[in-house]
Amino acid sequence: MHGLINKAVEAFVKDTYGVDAWRVIAHRADLEDPSFEAMMVYDNSVTPRVVDCATEALGVERGDFLQNLGTYLVSQPSQQAVRRLLRFGGVDFVDFLYSLDDLYDRARLAVADLFLPRLELREHTVNQFSLTVRSDIDGFGHVLIGLLTAMADDYGALVMLEYGGRQGEVETIAIALLETAFAAGNRFELGVRV
Amino acid sequence: MPTLDWPALEAAFDILCPMHLRLTETGHIVHVAPTLKKLRPDADLTGMRFLEVFRLDRPRSITTMSELMSRARSKLHLELREAPCTSLKGVLVRLPKGQGALVNLSFGISVVEGVQDFGLSSADFAATDLAIEMLYLVEAKSAAMDASRNLNQRLQGAKLAAEEQAATDTLTGLKNRRAADRILETAIEEDRPFTLMQLDLDFFKAVNDSKGHAAGDRVLQEVAKIMRAETRKGDVIARVGGDEFIILIEGSAEKDRLKEIASRLIRGIEQPIKFEDETCHISSSIGIARRLVGDPRGMDALMQCSDRALYASKSKGRACATFDDDLVELY
Repeated sequence: MHGLINKAVEAFVKDTYGVDAWRVIAHRADLEDPSFEAMMVYDNSVTPRVVDCATEALGVERGDFLQNLGTYLVSQPSQQAVRRLLRFGGVDFVDFLYSLDDLYDRARLAVADLFLPRLELREHTVNQFSLTVRSDIDGFGHVLIGLLTAMADDYGALVMLEYGGRQGEVETIAIALLETAFAAGNRFELGVRV
Repeated sequence: MPTLDWPALEAAFDILCPMHLRLTETGHIVHVAPTLKKLRPDADLTGMRFLEVFRLDRPRSITTMSELMSRARSKLHLELREAPCTSLKGVLVRLPKGQGALVNLSFGISVVEGVQDFGLSSADFAATDLAIEMLYLVEAKSAAMDASRNLNQRLQGAKLAAEEQAATDTLTGLKNRRAADRILETAIEEDRPFTLMQLDLDFFKAVNDSKGHAAGDRVLQEVAKIMRAETRKGDVIARVGGDEFIILIEGSAEKDRLKEIASRLIRGIEQPIKFEDETCHISSSIGIARRLVGDPRGMDALMQCSDRALYASKSKGRACATFDDDLVELY
């Protein structure tokens, strides 16, 4: 798994539960170096092991942990890059939902060896969608629920999301779009001077 | 030919090309598409002359409308005459029967500054325009680059730290000063007999200065090879400075044998060294200090003795070896 993903988990735990909590988890997960390198590739077994150890050490539900991680990725000011890069996907929330099909390729365009889980959106009615996630990390759909909730908030849309469980490597999320312009949402400037 | 329904056409063009303009035959602007309006929000461009608003400077300066019309269908480089003087790419097509021209503009490579300067959003670009994808890539790539740069800096730091810890001189593969000091100290602590040879290359600086660093590096590598060949496996050879070496010979060797080793070393080092088309000639001066069991001298004192012997060799005219105990009577 790419270091960017592991680094995201590390940042989430440190920012949410503190540096000491992370130290305990890194020790339990038997990490050689408790600090992940964002631009390195790690063995695929590392991420699930870290998630297992984290939920165990923190005493939290796996689904909750992963969902909060997803929310954190979009709404934490220190992770602005993720929110911005996702916002490039669409002018409104529905447009954004459709861009998720391309997320796998978009990520690879930026970082050639970053393989994100493959996502596929199906439109059932104008405001009923389902998203399938293919990942070897059990419960990755929960990360998406957190991420989509935060993105809906960012676009000012009102949505209801429901986790549909895992079958084989595929997890399903039901998305009900209640209102596209529920709130003002956050502005998205195409160009930001850093 | 029927007259064109311009309002309907312009409404369509506004969606297809939101940065286009329509000009009259005299070069006056009659229509400005919505995104282009945002480039001059305080001024109504309709009625103004195209060349008043934009400066065209490549491939050559264009100052009249007829010149501009003659550049139809080819790529234009232009910029806004007013700050922020954003540079734009464009193309002009003439409309039939003297009905003027259409000009379509684009930010080209300045799209990153463009969207910042004018606060543009996705809706300001045509759905088919790759500008948004380009902006996405610019931002994604610079985030990835930042992360890579971060990693590189840390790796660089780790490399320096590792070099600091290293015991080997990377150029010659010999031991370095730190390793040599450690070995000397241990030998003295354990009160072992050994001989310390200090060896300076003569005329090395001349090679380096006249034939370059690559030649100098080659000479140092050759010298290292000769020193390895002329010593035994257990002996320690180290490069302790630019052209300074020490050899630590284990055991209490006879002076005659040491003299023999020293002269073989000097003879070997004096052999011409080929580098590319050049031949390098150097020699070597040696100072020798022997340490016997029970010798009270510490490392620094021992080094001073071999150093003094080395300088005696140099002042004798170089290319020779001197024992420190032969000097004692002089002092």
